[in-house]
Amino acid sequence: MPTKPDDILAIRDLEVHFEQSGSSLSRLLGRPSGTVKAVDGINITLQRGEVLGLVGESGSGKTTLGRAILGLVPATSGTITYTPPAGEGVDIATLKGATLRSMRQRLQMVFQDPSAALNPSMTLETAIGHPLVIHKVASGEELRQRVIASLERVGLSPAEQFLSKYPSDLSGGQKQRAVMARAIIVGPELVVADEPVSMLDMSVRAKVLQLMLDLKRDLGLTYVYVTHDLATAKFFCDRVAIMYLGKIVEIGPSDEIFADPKHPYTKSLLKAIPDPDPSKAIPRDLPRGEIPDAARPPKGCSFHPRCPMARNDCGWEPRDLKSLVEEHWTTTDLATFEREHELVGHLVELNTSAGEVVVEPHRGKGSPDDVWAMFSAIKDARPDEPLWRGVTSMEKTPAGVKFVFAPSSPVNLRASGASEVACVLYPSAP
Amino acid sequence: MNSFFGRLLAPFRNTTGLARWILVTGLIITGTFVIAAIFAPILAPYGFAQMSVAGVDFPKTSPPGPGHLFGTNNQFYDILSRVIWGAQTAISVVLLSVVLSALIGVPLGLLSGYVGRWTDRILVFIMDALYAFPSLLLAIVFAFLLQHSIGSGVISAALSLTVIYIPQYFRVVRNTTVSAREATYVEAARALGAKNGTIMGRYLFSNVIQSVPVIATLNAADAISTLAALGFLGLGIQPTDASEWGYDLSRALQDASAGIWWTGFFPGMAIVGLVMGLTLVGEGLNETINPTLRKRRFRKVTLPPRTPGREEVGS
Repeated sequence: MPTKPDDILAIRDLEVHFEQSGSSLSRLLGRPSGTVKAVDGINITLQRGEVLGLVGESGSGKTTLGRAILGLVPATSGTITYTPPAGEGVDIATLKGATLRSMRQRLQMVFQDPSAALNPSMTLETAIGHPLVIHKVASGEELRQRVIASLERVGLSPAEQFLSKYPSDLSGGQKQRAVMARAIIVGPELVVADEPVSMLDMSVRAKVLQLMLDLKRDLGLTYVYVTHDLATAKFFCDRVAIMYLGKIVEIGPSDEIFADPKHPYTKSLLKAIPDPDPSKAIPRDLPRGEIPDAARPPKGCSFHPRCPMARNDCGWEPRDLKSLVEEHWTTTDLATFEREHELVGHLVELNTSAGEVVVEPHRGKGSPDDVWAMFSAIKDARPDEPLWRGVTSMEKTPAGVKFVFAPSSPVNLRASGASEVACVLYPSAP
Repeated sequence: MNSFFGRLLAPFRNTTGLARWILVTGLIITGTFVIAAIFAPILAPYGFAQMSVAGVDFPKTSPPGPGHLFGTNNQFYDILSRVIWGAQTAISVVLLSVVLSALIGVPLGLLSGYVGRWTDRILVFIMDALYAFPSLLLAIVFAFLLQHSIGSGVISAALSLTVIYIPQYFRVVRNTTVSAREATYVEAARALGAKNGTIMGRYLFSNVIQSVPVIATLNAADAISTLAALGFLGLGIQPTDASEWGYDLSRALQDASAGIWWTGFFPGMAIVGLVMGLTLVGEGLNETINPTLRKRRFRKVTLPPRTPGREEVGS
């Protein structure tokens, strides 16, 4: 895909998978264990001078994506094309060794925990000047002058006072400023900031974010801002990408995202921002449950099991039915649970993503009629459950009860208004 | 530079009570032996292999007295001189072996912990194999082998002790490296574009080295007794090359039943003294450096008196 001259970074179909090591027994026997798709098919184009926010819950893959941009985690497939101001684009995903290291002058990173990101046994002068030493840019008096200039630039002044200090002598905000001084000293173009203010005190956050904006203006930086905090993203970012289970579910200008969220997940995230108005009640329709296991993501749209607006074609599957039955068991009385558990067992036949499945009485205890009665009762108790929209038929067969699930519609990012959304609801009818 | 020493001494200044006494006592005892070792040519009244002065032979096994403060032994040697010269031998052998084993063990541990995978497995296997032997047995084997190639002097004794102590440095450094490798500052160094060698040398080394002084002093104590054992068995340094406490002790063995106590007592006390001194230093350092054992001393903060009328200079 060709890139425009003002594009600094173009990510195409990026995937980062991690092998799960599994139990020691399965490792010994060489059994295959699952892979976690931390980043699962991402396409982003980043323009020079823009601030892109990667927003998502824990486990959504936002940090992994940020680290992959710098080549700190190897990409499983896809390309990350970095285009310098003058010259040909380079694919970071395929770089190794010395060429990758030399790219680090252009691409830098600011870490979440400033206390851990600085070597505890290096003075600030050594630590901040080290990138210049590594890339053999400066030495001696010039190095010292550039360290001082960098410290002054991030607001640690008078710089001479900080040169001989150790990280343990500084406050959290000062440490994060020092980390930033180290990042900008080589003159990078792109800085990946991984939750740079989440470990800082509230009073310092705004100052550090303002510093980052000043640096961007003065040095012409481009930021990738990784965060779970929508409030700072709104303040800080030009564009926001909402991530869920390794995929981007919505991306667009931050004004658009915050004023008119489209994806149900974005909507629920925005509802979860605490409102400092005591008269307002806590919203009740936050996404239920937890983020699913990334080793076995749900079929279709990954968000459908938690989505309040799910349709029949969102990718419903037998595993969702199992979750529903288990949820029903947690609320029912003990006698009903024991009877039903005796009847259908652990529902292992539902651990699949197949389009249809038959639930049989467990080990011949009970008849298909009993199973039918059980599922009918569950359905009648909560007919509004979004899952039933995805079940096209539930019928009795000689063996048990057969469920047929609706096929899922593709969920790729498509334009809707100024942003792009990956949801079957968009584009809605014109 | 001043602040560097300040930081180096900071844990010592923070020690309290018992830990400080252990450390100070150990340092005094060890210091005495070190002074004896350095100034042996001045302090010792005679040479370690001297049997006569001005043509007059020393008396054989004469008890401690005015001419020979610690007496003489059955080889006509002056025991006081041999104890002082022995300190020189012991300190130089132990210093050499500790430095050598740290020089080999620490980089290997760093490499093994940082690189991991096969390098790690092979190195751990070799070190565990070395560790599995009783240290004295291993030292005897190496002393025996080295006797043929480079003779039996200070160097060969130091080398055979080095082999025993490498695995200890290796293990401690490797284990700390494995945990430090995952620290954010290591990833940050990688994000800066640092080479693996730079990461090991500049980022990991200074953070994993802290436990090495403790091992070094405790190993030194252990090395003194192993050296003495080698000398006692006749595998150590030849008596004409240097004075060695373990050798003197073995010569004094048959004297003990004859009531000649001074030939064995003084070299024995020298061994006990130096081992104790080094052990105390090691334990004291451990209590001082190891944060899980350390109790911090809270020192009173004294503020400089305010001088009214002067503008306060903020920092």
